[in-house]
Amino acid sequence: MSEVKVKNHEIVIPGDLLAEGSLKYGDGVIRRGNLYYSTIVGLFQDRGDYIQVKALKGKYLPRPGDLVIGKVVEVGLTNWIVDVGSPYSAVLSANNATEKRFDPVKDDARRIFNVGDIILTKIISFDRTRDPQIITNERGLGKLRGGRLVEIEAAHIPRVIGKKGTMINMVKRLTRTQIITGQNGRIWVQGKKVEDELKAIDTIKKIELEAHTQGLTDRIREMLSNNQEENEV
Amino acid sequence: MAGDGTVQLIDEKGKRVDGRLKDELRPTEIKIGVVKNADGSAEIRMGKNIIIAAVYGPRELHPKHRALPDRALIQCFYRMSTFSVNDRKSPAPSRREKEISMLLSDALTSVVLTDKYPRTTIDIYIQVIQADGGTRCASLTAASVALADAGVPMRGIIAAVASGLANDIVVLDLFDLEDQKGSGDMPLGYCPTLNEISLLQLDGVFTLEQFDECLDLSIEGAKRLYDIQTNTLKQRYADIRAEVAVDEDDEVKEELKEQLNDEVKEELIEQLKEEPKKEEVKEEPKKEEVKEEPKKEEVKEEPKKEEPKKGDE
Repeated sequence: MSEVKVKNHEIVIPGDLLAEGSLKYGDGVIRRGNLYYSTIVGLFQDRGDYIQVKALKGKYLPRPGDLVIGKVVEVGLTNWIVDVGSPYSAVLSANNATEKRFDPVKDDARRIFNVGDIILTKIISFDRTRDPQIITNERGLGKLRGGRLVEIEAAHIPRVIGKKGTMINMVKRLTRTQIITGQNGRIWVQGKKVEDELKAIDTIKKIELEAHTQGLTDRIREMLSNNQEENEV
Repeated sequence: MAGDGTVQLIDEKGKRVDGRLKDELRPTEIKIGVVKNADGSAEIRMGKNIIIAAVYGPRELHPKHRALPDRALIQCFYRMSTFSVNDRKSPAPSRREKEISMLLSDALTSVVLTDKYPRTTIDIYIQVIQADGGTRCASLTAASVALADAGVPMRGIIAAVASGLANDIVVLDLFDLEDQKGSGDMPLGYCPTLNEISLLQLDGVFTLEQFDECLDLSIEGAKRLYDIQTNTLKQRYADIRAEVAVDEDDEVKEELKEQLNDEVKEELIEQLKEEPKKEEVKEEPKKEEVKEEPKKEEVKEEPKKEEPKKGDE
C-alpha cells in the first residue's frame, strides 16, 4: 500500500516528499493527506512500517526522566530558575531541592543553590503549557563542585556515551577524569590535573565533530593512548 | 519607483544593461554556518547583493507578555548597513526597514511549524552588507536557509525573486537600475514543494497579461533558486552521508542507540551512586593499573625485539 520515496539514511531537507500511503511516523515528519514530508534537515530513517527524520542540529527539548546539567539563573524565596539549555527555563521548587523539609522562614534558598551554581538535575515533568519541573533530591543529584563544563550538540550525546557506555568509560579511564553527561548536551569533566581535564574536553569535542564516522571508539582509543605514552616519556 | 521610460534598459538583441537575458537570474551563491554563535545562519550573494541572515532560537521571549500561548513568535530584524548603498544610509531604522522586517516575518511564519515551540521566539537578524536591488527577496531566500540550518521545523523552504517591467518588457530578477528606472516591479516569495505563495507585492502599472507573465517567470526563477538552496543544505552533510552509506551494520547500531537512551540513564545513576569521596579512593588503584599496563607492554616488547636479532646473528 505504502511507498517510500527516499533511500534509507539519505539527507533530507524541509519539504522533501518522504513517502506515500499509510505509515506510522515519528519526529521530523508531517502528513498531508496520504503524503509524508520532512520538516527538518536530517537523516531519513526507514524501518518498514515506521519512518522518521533524525535531526542533525537543533535545540534541546526537555523530556521527563532526562538527566540534565543546569545553571542557576535566579533565586526566589522558595524556588530557583535554572537554565537547562532549552527554549524553556526549568523551575526547581524548594520541596524538590533537598531531602530535608524547606522552611522559607528559617532557611535561606541562597545557601542551598546560588546564582551561577552548576547543578545536576532530573526533569520530572514538561509539557507545552508549563515550564519543565526539575528535582535535585534524588541520590547523586545536586551541585557540581569544581571541574569544567563542555557544551556540545544535544543530538550527539548518545555518540559520546557509546554502546553501553564504552566510549565514555574509555575516555574516563585514559584521561583519569570523572565525566558526567547531561542529555541536554552539557558535559561536566573533573580531573586531578588541569591537563587531564583539557585532554578529556578535546576528546569530547573530537567525538562531536566526528560523530557520524565509523570506528570512532578505536580511533579515540589510539589517540588517547599515544598521548599517554608521550606524557610518560 | 515608476521610471519615465527614457532610459534604455533592454537592447534590440534582448540583452539587459548587465548583459543578462530577460529570464536570467543573477549568479547566486549561498553559504551556511557563517555566523559562529548563531543557532543557524546563511549568507547569500546574488549579483552584487551580499546579505547575512542569522537565526537565534527558539528561545525565551522578553518581555514575556508578548509571547503567544500556543505557538512561537517569529521576529525578523532587517537592517541595511550604512555603507550598503551609494548614498550613505542613515543608521536609524527607516520606515522601509520596518516594513520589510514585518513582511519577512509574516512570510516565514507561514512555513515554520510554530506550534512546536509555544511561548518562545525565533529571532532572525538580516544584515544587508551590499545592496543592488531585490534585497527583500534575497533576504527571504537566505532567511529560510538559515532557519533550516538552525534545525527549526518547517513545512518547506521559501525561495524569493522579483520580476518586473523594463521598457514594458517582463524581466526576471531586477537589479538596482531596473528597479529605479523600470516601470514596475513585483517581488514574489514562493515555496516550490508546497506550491504556495508566501509573499507577493506589486508596484507600478501592469496589464493583466503582464502580471500573468511576471508570475510565471518569477515562479520559474524561484524554482531555480530553490535548487541552489537545496544543494547548499545537502552539501554540508554530503560527506556524512557517504560515510553512513558505507556502514553496513547501521541498523544494528541504530537499534543500540535507542536502547542506549534508557541505558544511559541507568549508567549515569550508577555513576552517581558512588559518592564523591569514595570515588576518589576507588580511583587511585585504577590509576595504578593504567600506569602499569603500558609499562608491562614495554617490557614484553623489548625481549621480543632482541630475540630475532640474536637469531640473525
